[in-house]
Amino acid sequence: MNRLKLDRSLRRDYLTYAFVIVAYVILQVFSGTKGFSPTLRGQLVPICAYVVMAMSLNLTVGILGELSLGHAGFMSVGAFSGAIAAAALQNAVPSPGLRLAIALVIGAIFAGIVGTVISVPVLRLNGDYLAIVTLAFGQIIKSLIENLYVGVDAAGLHFSFLKPHITLAQGGRMILNGPMGIPNIGKISTFLAGFILIMLTLFIIFNLVRSRAGRAIMALRDNRIAAESVGINVTKYKMMAFVTSAALAGAAGALFALGQNTIVAAKFDFNTSILILVFVVLGGLGNMFGSIIAAAALTILPEALRGFADYRMLIYAVVLILVMLGTNSPQLKGLLKKLVPGKKGEEV
Amino acid sequence: MPKRVASANDSPLVPMPTEAYIPQRDLGKTPILECRHLGIDFGGLTAVDDFNLILGRTEIAGLIGPNGAGKTTVFNLLTKIYQPTRGTILLDGRDTHSMSTVQISKMGIARTFQNIRLFSNLSVEDNVKLGMHNSIRYGMFSGIFRLPSYWKQERIAHDRALELLSLFDMQDIAGAKAGSLPYGAQRRLEIVRALATNPSLLLLDEPAAGMNPSETSELMENIVKIRDTFNIAILLIEHDMSLVMGICEGICVLNFGKVIAKGTPSDIQSDPTVIEAYLGKKKEA
Ligand SMILES: Nc1ncnc2c1ncn2[C@@H]1O[C@H](COP(=O)(O)OP(=O)(O)OP(=O)(O)O)[C@@H](O)[C@H]1O
Ligand SMILES: [Mg+2]
Repeated sequence: MNRLKLDRSLRRDYLTYAFVIVAYVILQVFSGTKGFSPTLRGQLVPICAYVVMAMSLNLTVGILGELSLGHAGFMSVGAFSGAIAAAALQNAVPSPGLRLAIALVIGAIFAGIVGTVISVPVLRLNGDYLAIVTLAFGQIIKSLIENLYVGVDAAGLHFSFLKPHITLAQGGRMILNGPMGIPNIGKISTFLAGFILIMLTLFIIFNLVRSRAGRAIMALRDNRIAAESVGINVTKYKMMAFVTSAALAGAAGALFALGQNTIVAAKFDFNTSILILVFVVLGGLGNMFGSIIAAAALTILPEALRGFADYRMLIYAVVLILVMLGTNSPQLKGLLKKLVPGKKGEEV
Repeated sequence: MPKRVASANDSPLVPMPTEAYIPQRDLGKTPILECRHLGIDFGGLTAVDDFNLILGRTEIAGLIGPNGAGKTTVFNLLTKIYQPTRGTILLDGRDTHSMSTVQISKMGIARTFQNIRLFSNLSVEDNVKLGMHNSIRYGMFSGIFRLPSYWKQERIAHDRALELLSLFDMQDIAGAKAGSLPYGAQRRLEIVRALATNPSLLLLDEPAAGMNPSETSELMENIVKIRDTFNIAILLIEHDMSLVMGICEGICVLNFGKVIAKGTPSDIQSDPTVIEAYLGKKKEA
């Protein structure tokens, strides 16, 4: 039976699942012991969120082959919509686990919707133009959320844009306070939830890649003209990859937000987008296992080297350049080719 | 060689190109392809001008001409990678005006590329399955959750891919990465991928380029075999005259974007304008 034949890439998928499960079990066991550093314990949920961010960005950059510089924007949409939903449902849904699940789904849906909306202009562009527009998108989302005020009372949610004053009924309270963000988030994200989200993300990406749609997405990356000439609808599959990537980032954002005390829009800025891109490039384009390792290692590292935190971005930049120079992966070359202006006019 | 007769097909809009010939067995059926006064300009450069061609439904035809004559440009016009500046393309009697490359593929034109365009990071089998993209029917959701339709359709696609690969005896390298294949195998894989789209017209751009004489003669047999098995028309660009003269029933010669001769291989071989185009004009005193 050929279906059961394990080719090399399939085996790598299973090893990745296995690695995540083993890592989860080990960390779960050790995090209960006294020797486990409290800083690391506090980092478990953010690590999961960044791992999902890296994998989802890898879908756009490594598998679709388009550079996105605004991935933190989707994380932000997911973080705020998820956190607002969780706050609004505090009384309606008493079970924190269920409330978290709902918040993740809402974060994914909102980020997916935003992804769909911006994919319409974005996906008409290629290479550096696309990168610039996604960069602008990330900044726009940040500014929008910094000017958004949300309150809740018995009548439901109240929104205000630019104007901080919302009149709420008796017993109502503000959830989102513009640039001050959302304070006093009831931390309901758990390591288990992070683990499940990582597994789900792996499941979605791996199965997508091995299906008809995923093949079409990779065909666009490898050769757009050939893909069109065998009848593959470029916009449809670009959009599919882009929106899936955005929705997963939204779920990661919600997971992240609900593991913090406070979130502010400024947290999800250009630097965060670049940071996630660094995870992807370091881990290898199209390589989910690599993204997991890179995201986890580079999230722990600054905590471990607190003293050097000032130089973190500098070190990242240098490492990124070195990796780009050193890597000879064809995907990276293809991506670079797209980014070098004047080289886009492909000869047919 | 079938006897060649002028086509009786006519259109009220555009006068029929008078020198159109198709094989006798294809007469009385709508030609698979008809180009009328096709042309394209790139800025000031007229790359193709007044290109007329009629292709029978099971014909193997050649498009030849010196380097830069506009042959590949004709293929790019037919597949709408370029939109024509002038003229009409009828595919199976239907005007392809304002159609996209994707629609053209769905209408039944498949092609290979002069500079190979494979999905080089994907496996040989996946390249062929991508050719079948529009005949595999299951959605993204069924794919991710591996519903029964996924297993069923992938199974069919897998079997069909291996069957098509076996045309060129490539079924054993189905798992190899396309980009790692030797040059000749990459060219053959492009043909298999094109066939996987289930075309009614196959365009081959220099299929024998870079092949040695024994590979070329094998390719010639295979091209004829493909036509006979799939009952399709094949239009090929080729510089290797042994291939063109050996298997093409009709030949069209381009020079500087214009058709300078059309006919059977023997007509073309003895045509003075063709000889001049290839060898240059005899110096006059
Ligand atoms: N996109 C384009 N922009 C400008 N000029 C072009 C373009 N594509 C083709 N041309 C020009 O059109 C002419 C015909 O080119 P084409 O590639 O069709 O030649 P060809 O007959 O296939 O030659 P060869 O045998 O070398 O493959 C050439 O002068 C070429 O420079
Ligand atoms: Mg050419």
